[in-house]
Amino acid sequence: MAGASDTPLVLLHRPPSLDFMDEILSRNFRILNTDTSSEPLPIFLSRHASSARAFVVVGRFFVTAEILSYLPSLQLLVCGSVGFDHVDLAECKRRGVVVTNARNAFSDDVADCAVGLLISVLRRIPAGDRFIRSGDWEKYGEFRLGSKVSGKRVGILGFGSIGSFVAKRLEGFDCVISYNSRSEKPSVPYRYYSDILSLAANNDVLVLCCSLTEQTHHIVNREVMESLGKDGVIINVGRGKLIDEKEMVKCLVDGVIGGAGLDVFENEPAVPEELFGLENVVLSPHSGVATQGSLDNVAEITLANLKAFFSNRPLLSPVQLD
Amino acid sequence: MESIGVLMMCPMSSYLENELQKRFNLLRFWTSPEKSVFLETHRNSIRAVVGNAFAGADAQLINDLPKLEIVSSFSVGLDKIDLGICKDKGIRVTNTPDVLTEDVADLAIGLIIALLRRLCECDRYVRSGKWKQGDFKLTTKFSGKSVGIIGLGRIGTAIAKRAEAFSCPINYYSRTVKPDVAYKYYPTVVDLAKNSDILVVACPLSDETRHIVNRQVMDALGPKGVLINIGRGPHVDEQELVKALTEGRLGGAALDVFEKEPHVPEELFGLENVVLLPHVGSGTVETRNAMADLVVGNLEAHFSGKSLLTPVV
Repeated sequence: MAGASDTPLVLLHRPPSLDFMDEILSRNFRILNTDTSSEPLPIFLSRHASSARAFVVVGRFFVTAEILSYLPSLQLLVCGSVGFDHVDLAECKRRGVVVTNARNAFSDDVADCAVGLLISVLRRIPAGDRFIRSGDWEKYGEFRLGSKVSGKRVGILGFGSIGSFVAKRLEGFDCVISYNSRSEKPSVPYRYYSDILSLAANNDVLVLCCSLTEQTHHIVNREVMESLGKDGVIINVGRGKLIDEKEMVKCLVDGVIGGAGLDVFENEPAVPEELFGLENVVLSPHSGVATQGSLDNVAEITLANLKAFFSNRPLLSPVQLD
Repeated sequence: MESIGVLMMCPMSSYLENELQKRFNLLRFWTSPEKSVFLETHRNSIRAVVGNAFAGADAQLINDLPKLEIVSSFSVGLDKIDLGICKDKGIRVTNTPDVLTEDVADLAIGLIIALLRRLCECDRYVRSGKWKQGDFKLTTKFSGKSVGIIGLGRIGTAIAKRAEAFSCPINYYSRTVKPDVAYKYYPTVVDLAKNSDILVVACPLSDETRHIVNRQVMDALGPKGVLINIGRGPHVDEQELVKALTEGRLGGAALDVFEKEPHVPEELFGLENVVLLPHVGSGTVETRNAMADLVVGNLEAHFSGKSLLTPVV
């Protein structure tokens, strides 16, 4: 562990299961790990973290105004995630704290997961696997047909790194790609829809890849689902709160939409139990990012941002604070 | 044409049954308890057989049907049809190429992701309430992994195209090198398996390709490699596969086909590094209808003296 007193002090908060960066960070910086104490966090921070200029957060820890108030020297917040809806950005801006995220670290894996969920829903993969393991194939023979993936019209909500990676993969399936995002992107070769309702009306599948903000909260509501229609499928690899979950459950149970592949939910790990009996739904425990490859990428970009910061070089993945 | 007897070997599509019934005298082989009596009764009126991947026209059936003129298969695979005897007797054979290529390739990619990312396991994890007790474990990344394809025909090529979009380097084995192809050729299946993370079976089933994935190939693929079978069950030595998986010598397998469908070795049911599907490679409403249209179209063409749409023999 780096011990020299001029080695920068970096505060680290992560759940015990996500300790994959501990070693590499300790090799490069003086790490103050919130894990080392059983004191309530505010006390721990007041006692030990007042000189920390950088704070690394892994996992879903809410960086609130209160937490920030215990970190008077803080200048850099490094998020080990792509999403930063758990950070009080306004307060960071007010305090002059720069925020970085994990940029593309997860994009391959999340995009793979989105496409995997899409194929799994349309072609009924988990349902087919259950059909065999339960002995039903030998007993009943016939398994209900699925729906063709190739050539489907897919509307992507949010065209950042993840959205564009999803589009690239789906091109291999000759899917017709269109998108909606805050503004049209001139370099993107796909059709742009200026609002989510028309995106839903003109597509067979909606893939949600945008960040969660005040504007996108419950952006997929009943009206959007009715527009998508009874054969339409929703794939969510963004954030649970992008969808009005209660309405979605009703729409699935009543056949207002055709199916869903969901990696995220409004109140994880709670998942509406009405979904458990549905065959046209594939559920995943927010594991879109969970491969060693992604974790290695996160460690790499976290380290790079910290090194850049402490040597006064430009950060690799700063987040826009307004 | 209503008097022309068309023998359908097993249930495969109610849409197809309806369309055949409108045009011909459709005889449903599976509804008769006494098969030999049935054939005796109808032997002089049956001029066409419609088969699929489960049941086709073997030597015995062909010999029992003296008026047989055409076998129209509801599949692209021809392994259930005795092509040699058909050629000798001048019996025409048609299949359903192209219309199912995309579905099978889509499913192959779906199986790869479902296996590597444990999507079926994840779905079970959430439905059983286990997520409340803790996060699911790490799984294996797909993007960038090397994909080795046995057989680079229509389906193999479509699989390669899709895998390329995931930045996967593509390797292949086939009987001869394909000169205009940018993928890496391996002269043996063992070499292909040694040099690929994911091995996909996509060639036709013949005497030469039976058990083409044997113990040696599975050992070459190894405990980090995975096997994807969207071809035919007999492509893989199933007994050896079960041993390789239960002993941890093979990393995982995703199978849409089995040696004796619908029977699946029960030792596989408890494994989480396995994905099992009930032969649904072409199993979409859109594709099964397109296949049915081809079967009907071929029969209509034959019985009105026109050129067959998709002849094999």
